[in-house]
Amino acid sequence: MFRRHIKVLAGTGVASLAVALAACSSSTSSAPPAAAASQAKPTGTLVVFAATSLTDAFNKIGDQFEAANPGVTVKFNYNGSSSLATQITQGAPADIFASASPTNMNTVTAASLESSTPKIFAANQGEIMVEAGNPSHVKSLSDLANPALKVVTCAPPVPCGALATQIFKNAGVTVKPVSQEQNVGGVVTKVSLGEADAGIVYVTDVLANGTKTTGVPIPANQNATTDYPIAEIKGAPNATAAAAFISYVLGPDGQQVMKSFGFLPPTS
Amino acid sequence: MSRAKWRLNPLVAVLAALAALFFIFPLVGLVTGAPWGHITSVITSQTALQALELSIIASLASTAIALAFGFPLAWLLARGQFPGRGLLRGLTTLPMVLPPVVGGIALLLAYGRRGFIGRPLASATGVTLPFSLAGVVVAESFVAMPFFVITVESGLRSMNRRLEDAARSLGASRRTVFLRVTLPLIWPSLAAGLVLTWARALGEFGATITFAGNLPGVTQTMPLAIYISQSSNMTDEAIALSLILVVVSLVVMVFRRDRSGAQ
Amino acid sequence: MLDADIQLRLSRLSLDVAFSVAAGEVLALLGPNASGKSTTLRALVGLLPLDGGRVVLDGTVLEDPAERVKVAPEKRPIALMFQDYLLFPHLSAVENVAFGLRCRGTDKRTAREKASQALARLDLEAVAEARPGSMSGGQQQRVAMARALVTDPKLLLLDEPLAALDVSIKTSVRRLLRDALRQSNAANILVTHDLLDAVALGDRMMVIEDGAVVQTGTPAEVTARPRSTYVADLTGVNLLRGTGHGTVLDLGDDGRLTCASPVAGPTFAVIAPAALAVSRERPEGEEANTWRGSVSAVDLMGDRVRVRIDGTPAITAEVPPAAVDHLKLDEGGDLWVRLSPAAITTYPQ
Repeated sequence: MFRRHIKVLAGTGVASLAVALAACSSSTSSAPPAAAASQAKPTGTLVVFAATSLTDAFNKIGDQFEAANPGVTVKFNYNGSSSLATQITQGAPADIFASASPTNMNTVTAASLESSTPKIFAANQGEIMVEAGNPSHVKSLSDLANPALKVVTCAPPVPCGALATQIFKNAGVTVKPVSQEQNVGGVVTKVSLGEADAGIVYVTDVLANGTKTTGVPIPANQNATTDYPIAEIKGAPNATAAAAFISYVLGPDGQQVMKSFGFLPPTS
Repeated sequence: MSRAKWRLNPLVAVLAALAALFFIFPLVGLVTGAPWGHITSVITSQTALQALELSIIASLASTAIALAFGFPLAWLLARGQFPGRGLLRGLTTLPMVLPPVVGGIALLLAYGRRGFIGRPLASATGVTLPFSLAGVVVAESFVAMPFFVITVESGLRSMNRRLEDAARSLGASRRTVFLRVTLPLIWPSLAAGLVLTWARALGEFGATITFAGNLPGVTQTMPLAIYISQSSNMTDEAIALSLILVVVSLVVMVFRRDRSGAQ
Repeated sequence: MLDADIQLRLSRLSLDVAFSVAAGEVLALLGPNASGKSTTLRALVGLLPLDGGRVVLDGTVLEDPAERVKVAPEKRPIALMFQDYLLFPHLSAVENVAFGLRCRGTDKRTAREKASQALARLDLEAVAEARPGSMSGGQQQRVAMARALVTDPKLLLLDEPLAALDVSIKTSVRRLLRDALRQSNAANILVTHDLLDAVALGDRMMVIEDGAVVQTGTPAEVTARPRSTYVADLTGVNLLRGTGHGTVLDLGDDGRLTCASPVAGPTFAVIAPAALAVSRERPEGEEANTWRGSVSAVDLMGDRVRVRIDGTPAITAEVPPAAVDHLKLDEGGDLWVRLSPAAITTYPQ
């Protein structure tokens, strides 16, 4: 998973979305209880399994966390949330799981693999991604029902796939995708290369992809939101650092980074 | 010619046994981990049947393409004398060392809708390869054909070409020499090449999902279906589908061993 | 009847030979390695295009570069026998023999019958259905013979056909080959390194060196009066080249010899090794053809010993085995050589 280039001007799009959601969003994130701050200083290696859509944001948080806690090295494993959930249930040695949907987190919960209650640390919404300049003139979701258009989504078990299914249902359109990718990166690639005319991705992906592609916003009443939970894995090799990292993410510094990459604050 | 009775060297036996077990244990794992209780329903599910059908059609088509186009290429590499032959051989075997996903991206850049070959193709004929079964065949051929070319080229090089001279001196036309002398002599390499190619095409994943995409009933071959199941935590289905693939491959491999052993 | 005039330029050889072979005749072709023997055969078969010359077989022009005529190899009525037989390993003996017939249009059954008969004539019924891999060398050689002869070729080319055989069976196979060649109507060219083959099987001999013919004649003529070092070595005699003045043969840097009768002009001289007298001390008397050299090699050949002596001229002498001890030849050193003028056979170059 490669670092994507951030474009500040794309923040305007995010800002307008944030305004649209002002009614139901809490503008301030819940501050973590001060007491939850680790009693001991975190050291050693921390392994974080995180959804693909968190790549750029978490890389930055990782850098900042390492700077604030010298002696800690954070290692990330980015992949589709369903793949990560499978790996964790089969015993992969992760300290933290940050998923792109509560569903995948529930899989891990069901296997009793958390030592703490998952906390929602961010939210994301869908957006239509089209080729730069929107050559197919896609204006709304109903345009995607056009059989001549090649539309790509994630596979249904993957969070961005479930998101797409929900969005289409909200809009009442029937879309037949030509491919169901295993993670959102596959969708971005196909649209960026011009193979697909449009794809359903996260708002953050459009932001991260800069001028290579164009985003077509989805109206609030048709859009769907996905909550991102984060939790420490039971038996985590580095429990101290894990707790500290989760606090950081939920704290003002972490939330600032998430916002700068286009994520929405947690909805609950 | 009689041989002394074959004796088993203990060191050889131990190492060979370890190697054999290394391969056998994962297969045992598959068999024991399979959902035998409801395996019939999984195997006959629409996902499984569609994926199997696509896999078989695509892999056979790729093998046929490898034969039709790979054989002349192997011939050229084995018999031709022209500058740049070594480079050509290197290029045609590159897919063997490239990670399949890289191959998929390269295929998109060449034959995709905006690719430098794909774009004129699309405007001339309206045909696009990605997201179709044809795309799957293209991806599988790309990764599998080099195996065929290498194997057959090696066979052509190692045959005694003077036998072809002998045939001509007995009155055989070039066509007769090819059909009656050359082909029978390289048959073992040819057969090995076909099996290897088919097996590689059957198992192809990275280039397929990148170039052709993943859509059940259209482009979702067995490996793709297995991967999607596995990554969606539908391990039961993944294992059952894997078993089908293993059985199919095993049948072909064992069958091939038999025939070449009988020669 | 074959009339061949072959001119070919390859990277390592320039071939220019002309000869004829009558139907039923066997021409033995000899020469050192890379002299052009196999190249000549390949050119006759049509596998190497001529640069110049003409090949005519029984009145049909097979190749004529000037007239742009070239008959394809498979259309020439020529058969080959190879030193390594080149039997098709994936076919049985009878299928091998029938191959040529089937290529020239014979139907499967007739071809098989003829092939079986050909094998029977050579005592090979037992291995008719066997593959070459399970046959002995002698059997393979006979199958190769049958395969070549069954198509009734007008020209038969044999490339060292007996070279791969054990000495013990060579004699019997040579006899078989001679009978087979006598019975066929083809013109035959036999390439060989073995003088015995050439003498036993050949009606005429032709020696090629460096792409050119250096000598032709009957085996008796050629061996009696060799005109090349190659043949001299084959027949085991000393061959010297010089210029005659009266009875003196001037060998240039290699000294001079006195002959029994006058010689004039460029002359060959043949000296049998046994005719040389060898001693450690200078021989008595002032007779001609006495010189001193040094031992460079001693070879035991059956019951004879040959000593190579460097000197002016260098010469090979033959001594009885007892002389090895007597002269202490294994210690090397200097030897005196004496040669009677009557023992020198001379003939013009």
